[in-house]
Amino acid sequence: MSQHSGPGQQGPEKMPSGTRAASLSRRGFLSALGMGAGAAAGGSALAGRALAAGPDPNIVPVPEWSKMLGAGVNVNPYGKPSMFEKDVVRREVEWLTASRESSVSFTPLYALDGVITPNGLCFVRHHGGEAEIDPDKYRLMIHGLVDKPLVFTLEDIKRMPGRVNRAYFLECAANSGMEWRGAQLNGCQFTHGMIHNVFYTGIPLKTLLDMAGVQAKGKWVLAEGADAAVMTRSIPLEKAMKDCLVAFAMNGEALRPEQGYPVRLVVPGWEGNMWVKWLRRLKVGDEPWQQREETSKYTDLLADGRSRRFTFVMDAKSVVTSPSPQAPLKHKGPNVISGIAWSGRGTIKRVDVSLDGGRNWTTARIEGPAMPMAMTRFYLDFDWAGDELMVQSRAMDDTGYVQPTKNELRAVRGTNSIYHNNGIQTWLVRSNGETENVEVG
Amino acid sequence: MWKSAEALLAAGMATLIGVTALPAWAQSAAPHQKASASAPALGRPALPEEIAAWNIDVRPDGEGLPEGHGSVKQGEAVFLQNCATCHGEFGEGAGRWPVLAGGQGTLKSDRPEKTIGSFWPYASTAFDYVRRAMPFGNNQSLSADETYAIVAYLLNLNDLVPEDFVLSKENFPKVQLPNQPNFYEDDRETTEKAFWKSNPCMKDCSGPVHVTARAQILNVTPDEDAPKGNLE
Repeated sequence: MSQHSGPGQQGPEKMPSGTRAASLSRRGFLSALGMGAGAAAGGSALAGRALAAGPDPNIVPVPEWSKMLGAGVNVNPYGKPSMFEKDVVRREVEWLTASRESSVSFTPLYALDGVITPNGLCFVRHHGGEAEIDPDKYRLMIHGLVDKPLVFTLEDIKRMPGRVNRAYFLECAANSGMEWRGAQLNGCQFTHGMIHNVFYTGIPLKTLLDMAGVQAKGKWVLAEGADAAVMTRSIPLEKAMKDCLVAFAMNGEALRPEQGYPVRLVVPGWEGNMWVKWLRRLKVGDEPWQQREETSKYTDLLADGRSRRFTFVMDAKSVVTSPSPQAPLKHKGPNVISGIAWSGRGTIKRVDVSLDGGRNWTTARIEGPAMPMAMTRFYLDFDWAGDELMVQSRAMDDTGYVQPTKNELRAVRGTNSIYHNNGIQTWLVRSNGETENVEVG
Repeated sequence: MWKSAEALLAAGMATLIGVTALPAWAQSAAPHQKASASAPALGRPALPEEIAAWNIDVRPDGEGLPEGHGSVKQGEAVFLQNCATCHGEFGEGAGRWPVLAGGQGTLKSDRPEKTIGSFWPYASTAFDYVRRAMPFGNNQSLSADETYAIVAYLLNLNDLVPEDFVLSKENFPKVQLPNQPNFYEDDRETTEKAFWKSNPCMKDCSGPVHVTARAQILNVTPDEDAPKGNLE
């Protein structure tokens, strides 16, 4: 690294931004921590704050950015993250799926804080690629067991009375699905990154269904997307009338194309696959349609060979996002354990954190809003002496549900169910700060 | 005065909507709309031909099936041409693409193979999905007869119908898949009732804890020394 001050220069105690958390190999990890061969002479970052041998080159001389004019106000008409955050991106695990169009790209949870997921980092799951729909050509049809089959334009939806703003998590039912047989993927981006938490703007689905007039026989609603998978799910009418939304904005702006622009369904607390993107059709019927995504997929195969279906609700779950394999501990002394918790059944009431693999627990601090069926942030401030830790978190919701251990889940379900793995995650923090996805017993 | 002003405004709006602002479909549909006594304030009635264009779902009881039929033999030809590249000539799956046939008796094993014959509860799902989303990348390009034929071939690959079988709208609801009785409704609130605990243990909850499995041993996590940023 150059000794010149400049936009790319980092302080001696910081990791080079280019390798921050992105390199997951041991070699990459060591160099990220400044613990590779080149760092031996200087001592590790874990040694604590050394007395400065001389003035910090980031202070003396005065940095260039303090002396020269920066970029103008509209260099980026649509703003972007700092160039030093370029590694905070969605990532995919290519071996998971056969094609890029029917695949998943994961939210970089390890690098995020607060409760709202930035739009560009919300995980993406497509089954037939990303549909690009001209909003002027967008149509939403309601038909089936209704008095008046209707067609709406996007303008119609935006003119409807009763617009609401609601924050909800969306978790794919297969989140953590690769972990049923044991610790597999090394990073919360990959083990837990099929979740995001967004403020939606839209119209209650009930408003649209009432306009069409649902007939007495109507018990289910088929939601269908306009993408090349023409994605469909059957939703009980009771849920549709209770709290589902037809949303056209996320976090204050139009839906992103990969999140269903211009209109998606919001199904609070229920598995992400039901939140049909590019929503084109709502059909009311008297029984479920038994579509591919509710029969051959998104059903839970248990150890006895039988399968649960219509397991819509996402159970309470949590994960420590830092430290985690992509966000190792870098300093002894004061540190902040940060994580997220959520429940499809209600509001997160409490999160406990264990540093010894679940033997002893400390209640963490919930910070920021704790809203029903929304992501909740928790922190535990602690001093690290450099000893090995087995970090866990355990979420509880207002129904009294307590997040189970993975082994408690396996005792009921076996290891073949793919979906709904909400077991307690363990991160092993080694004495050098390196953190690994492990299981304990 | 107010009343007449309102009437004037309403008349003006009507002119605007009726003549100027409406796109072509609405103008052509105007007589139809006029016939409806209760035209909605937002949206418009869906035309029968519009519903027909999008109403492609098929249920286990056969509701939604189009007229048509197809034989196992015809299905083999259509499948080899349109499906086999990904799913294999006999539905065995190529690479990571879905396996469609075989797998009977594997659901309790360590590696269950969830195919139409071994796992899927309803044959209508295959028809519906082929009709809406297949062939991958060229969906909704097959005729109703071709779709019947493909499903007939898939049923035959799973030893569920004989080689000379012809699938049609009429006999479709009679087709039963063997694993259908093994699906049941979500019962977590009873079978997992133990997860609702009022006071989870906080101190000395277990004996010594050891690491029993490690992700690094598998080493399947993507290793991105130079991850592709989206900010270039």
